[in-house]
Amino acid sequence: MIHFVVHDENDSVGVVVAEGLKAGEELTGWIMDQNKEIKVRARNDIPIGHKLAIRELKANDTVIKYGTDIGRSVAPIAVGEHAHVHNIKTKRW
Amino acid sequence: MAADLKNATFWGYKRENGRVGVRNHVLILPVDDLSNAACEAVANNIKGTLAIPHPYGRLQFGADLDLHFRTLIGTGSSPNVAAVIVIGIEDGWAKRVADGIAKSGKPVSYFGIEGHGDMETIRRASKTAKEYLQAASELRREERPLKDLWVSTKCGESDTTSGIGANPCVGNAFDKLYPHGVTLVFGETTELTGGEQLVAARCRTPEVRERFMFMFNRYQEVVNRHKTSDLMDSQPTKGNIAGGLTTIEEKALGNIQKIGRKCMVDGVLDKAEIPTGPGLWFMDSSSAAAEMVTLCAASGYVVHFFPTGQCNVIGNPILPVIKLCANPRTVRLMPEHIDVDVSGITRREINMDQAGDKLLEMMFRTANGRLTAAEALGHREFVLTRLYESA
Repeated sequence: MIHFVVHDENDSVGVVVAEGLKAGEELTGWIMDQNKEIKVRARNDIPIGHKLAIRELKANDTVIKYGTDIGRSVAPIAVGEHAHVHNIKTKRW
Repeated sequence: MAADLKNATFWGYKRENGRVGVRNHVLILPVDDLSNAACEAVANNIKGTLAIPHPYGRLQFGADLDLHFRTLIGTGSSPNVAAVIVIGIEDGWAKRVADGIAKSGKPVSYFGIEGHGDMETIRRASKTAKEYLQAASELRREERPLKDLWVSTKCGESDTTSGIGANPCVGNAFDKLYPHGVTLVFGETTELTGGEQLVAARCRTPEVRERFMFMFNRYQEVVNRHKTSDLMDSQPTKGNIAGGLTTIEEKALGNIQKIGRKCMVDGVLDKAEIPTGPGLWFMDSSSAAAEMVTLCAASGYVVHFFPTGQCNVIGNPILPVIKLCANPRTVRLMPEHIDVDVSGITRREINMDQAGDKLLEMMFRTANGRLTAAEALGHREFVLTRLYESA
């Protein structure tokens, strides 16, 4: 079963595509562009559609998704941690 | 499926100007807010006609007024429309809209309310509306080549599954339609922020790229002039954020999946401008769903692909909006709104090529007459874009 999807293997985050994922669960991810699988342990409960970090990010790092810059981290984010508006912000506007 | 598209056909209504529609509406079109009541009364008298009320049309001026007329005339001229009754508070602007629609060759009449009152206007307009409706009811669909179909796209209430599944599914379908001379369009200018360089790189010529960047920068200036924050809650929307999208850049990169991997951007349109040839067009537009879809309809597009994540329930009075979704939770909770379920992508049950074929199959069924979910549910959002305050 696929719990999360990653667009590109260089991305910092993946997207949860299963409902009801709980902290502590070992999750299987599918990297679409390279058609590979990875495993990550969830650090939080993460709703479907929301992101988790698959690489460790320090505060003020560039967050990569689709192999492209999607903004900056405003707090450290550990692998398996919920990554969203509380720890990532836009670089535009 | 991709191989079959070469000789693919659909059943549509060939109009006087050679364009082909997939619906056969008789429109009762108000020029202004004041004429909505009369238009709705005519549509109530003559069952089967369609009034499309809206809140604008008074004391607009300059480019904003030009856009108002262009949108009304484009809507009336759509190949999805058989004939039009135009009603305005006075004759002058009603005639201007009717004259614009008449250039398409279809039956159109205008009525001004001043000097007659609502009741007499409704009586006279109803008489003509009945004749138009009966004439339209005798028109027959004929078999037409795929290239006669104009297809628009815009996504709404996107979430992260839009970028994974529904938007690249549209991209896959666009990549398959493009080589067959279909006229395509995408837009949502602010929603390319963070991915504008990717669109610029897809522009066919330096001139197209320059025009695209002009439109992009023009809209950025509007945001910068009026913003009071980083637009969190507006762009991305509350629904986007609830669905897991975090920044405008992330939303934009998902949005851009809709133009596929192969098609080039062949030209750039201003709002409600009509394309002059086949290919993929970029139209400068708001990213608000009903505004953008209304502009697509006014530009002459006859079928619309609307990928969604959290499920924007939008429809349009004259443009069938085909909704597709890759979020299994949305498909489970709001199934009545979804025409094409592509949630199998994230479960790896279907690949993108199969999802694209599934969407194209629904495109042909819709073009041939199948009502979309939005049509069946009565969604008729007709929303005019405003550029600035009235005088």
